[in-house]
Amino acid sequence: MATGELNPNHYPAQRAAKVVQHYLTTRYGSPYRLFGVQKVHSGNAEDVADTGRKYQLEISVHEIISNVTQTCSAEVFFPRGETQSSPHVQASCEELLKTDTKAQEEALYQQYKTNQGLLSSQRLPDSYGHIEPDMKPFWHLGILASSFIMLNESTENTLYNMAQVANITQLATENEQLKFDCHTLLHDMVSQEIIHWKMLFTWSPGEGVKVLQKEQLPHCHHCEKPPNTN
Amino acid sequence: MLNSAGLSFVVLLSTVGAATTGRAEYDYYKYHPMTEITAWMNQMVKENPSVVTIADYGRSYENRTISLLKIGLKTGLKKKAVWMDCGIHAREWIAPAFCQYFVRQILQTYKTDMKMQRMLNNMDFYVTPVLNVDGYIYSWKNSTTRLWRKNRSPGAAGCSCYGTDLNRNFDANWGTVGVSDDCCSNIYCGTKASSEPETRAVTDFIRNLKDEFLCFLTIHSYGQLLLIPYGHPNIMAPNYNELMEVGLGAAEAIRRVHGKEYVVGTSPAVLYPNSGSSRDWARMQGIPFTYTFELRDNGTFGFELPQDQIQPTCEEAYSGALHIISYAHDMTFNAAAATATATFWTALLALGVTGVSLM
Repeated sequence: MATGELNPNHYPAQRAAKVVQHYLTTRYGSPYRLFGVQKVHSGNAEDVADTGRKYQLEISVHEIISNVTQTCSAEVFFPRGETQSSPHVQASCEELLKTDTKAQEEALYQQYKTNQGLLSSQRLPDSYGHIEPDMKPFWHLGILASSFIMLNESTENTLYNMAQVANITQLATENEQLKFDCHTLLHDMVSQEIIHWKMLFTWSPGEGVKVLQKEQLPHCHHCEKPPNTN
Repeated sequence: MLNSAGLSFVVLLSTVGAATTGRAEYDYYKYHPMTEITAWMNQMVKENPSVVTIADYGRSYENRTISLLKIGLKTGLKKKAVWMDCGIHAREWIAPAFCQYFVRQILQTYKTDMKMQRMLNNMDFYVTPVLNVDGYIYSWKNSTTRLWRKNRSPGAAGCSCYGTDLNRNFDANWGTVGVSDDCCSNIYCGTKASSEPETRAVTDFIRNLKDEFLCFLTIHSYGQLLLIPYGHPNIMAPNYNELMEVGLGAAEAIRRVHGKEYVVGTSPAVLYPNSGSSRDWARMQGIPFTYTFELRDNGTFGFELPQDQIQPTCEEAYSGALHIISYAHDMTFNAAAATATATFWTALLALGVTGVSLM
């Protein structure tokens, strides 16, 4: 594994940077604030005794909705151990968080809260990359919630992106939070697999996203041969 | 004598003429199912009969024809060649869209662009718009099949899943790194090297012509990368420096179009190690300039790239591809021309002939 100064274009730094993206999304994301890694400027990696590996990165982070880019410093620690453990991230990206999304979030919250029927949407984006403008907030919520899983599941040997929200349905709640049931498809670039996850999560402008339940669905459930072939 | 009214009448007639022949413009900025791509290929031959021919060069597992368009100007001289294939992975829809755009572009520009005309005189372009025909058709079946990657051959006995990753199936360090022997895996490399008919279609065709090929470009998505051989971390291509230099030139050409950054490097460096790729096989055949293009985007939409990004993606990729192809062409043909000129004058001097009189 690469140690010391890293080539910012090579995969070790790129994979660590993607983890920072997922972290920022879970920590600071909203239906009106989503992040992407624009570029990795520099990186450094070192082993930390037997406990794991630490990456230090300078990256340009792009806030997709306001189209603002900022250079950020970040540190990613991938623990090494018997059991799979999620990475720990620290990042400073203050400028990006200055975009004021409160009003839009409130409006969205009120809209969903007062809906007569509970909303539902499938295939975001669809096969042609299309998302109905009304459904964009659902797509963003799906990205937010999926980022918790992607952050949790990331290692030095993965590179996750959300491929598609297969289904997202608003559920009734007794409290202030909006609640959603979501089936999301994650793409891991390294294995090239599409991994299905089901989640139950809440969202409100004040509390952000909270994942209540998550479950990985079985692999390859639509590529099996019908029985009695051969 | 054409006064303005007369001119308008003529214009109106030609518009009506076009409408009545039913020739609707092909929309290069939408994704097309296989039937429409096949019809488009036939239309390209029809509209450019002396420049474009179709070659059916193999059969997919489900017995569909695998075809390419051969594009070049007839000179009667021995020509060099450029290979481009798209859609080796079913879900990468932007790739076949690019192959179609590429064909349209070269057919449109050669008539007025002397450089392109020269290239079509010296080289033939072999373009396969969809290599993994079965997989591509399967990915159009319904929304649950959209993200299929492999071909559609059934796994070996005892396997409960379909498909081999064609880009791990070529005889190039086959089965060594970056593969799975789990037939359900998306990087399953097959029962043996070249086990798949789609793989053999490519290798059989190219083997017959391999001394002619200067470039082998294989088009994929996503990731915004230009990958050079080899996929094995311990093996370096003999012309690695040149491949990097030309690749970086192509990435710069791409960046100039719409500002998108494409990273250049070997697979093991910038992405992951892999073996059995078509690009590695082509390089091992001696084809000097072999590149894998990973087109837009960087993960926001991934495989489902919105149709409004087809045009800019194709424009930048075209610029990049042309950079590589022009370099390969100029290396081969300008050098030859320069050498021929030098040889001519050397011979004249040797004969004691001055420039004054040749009588």
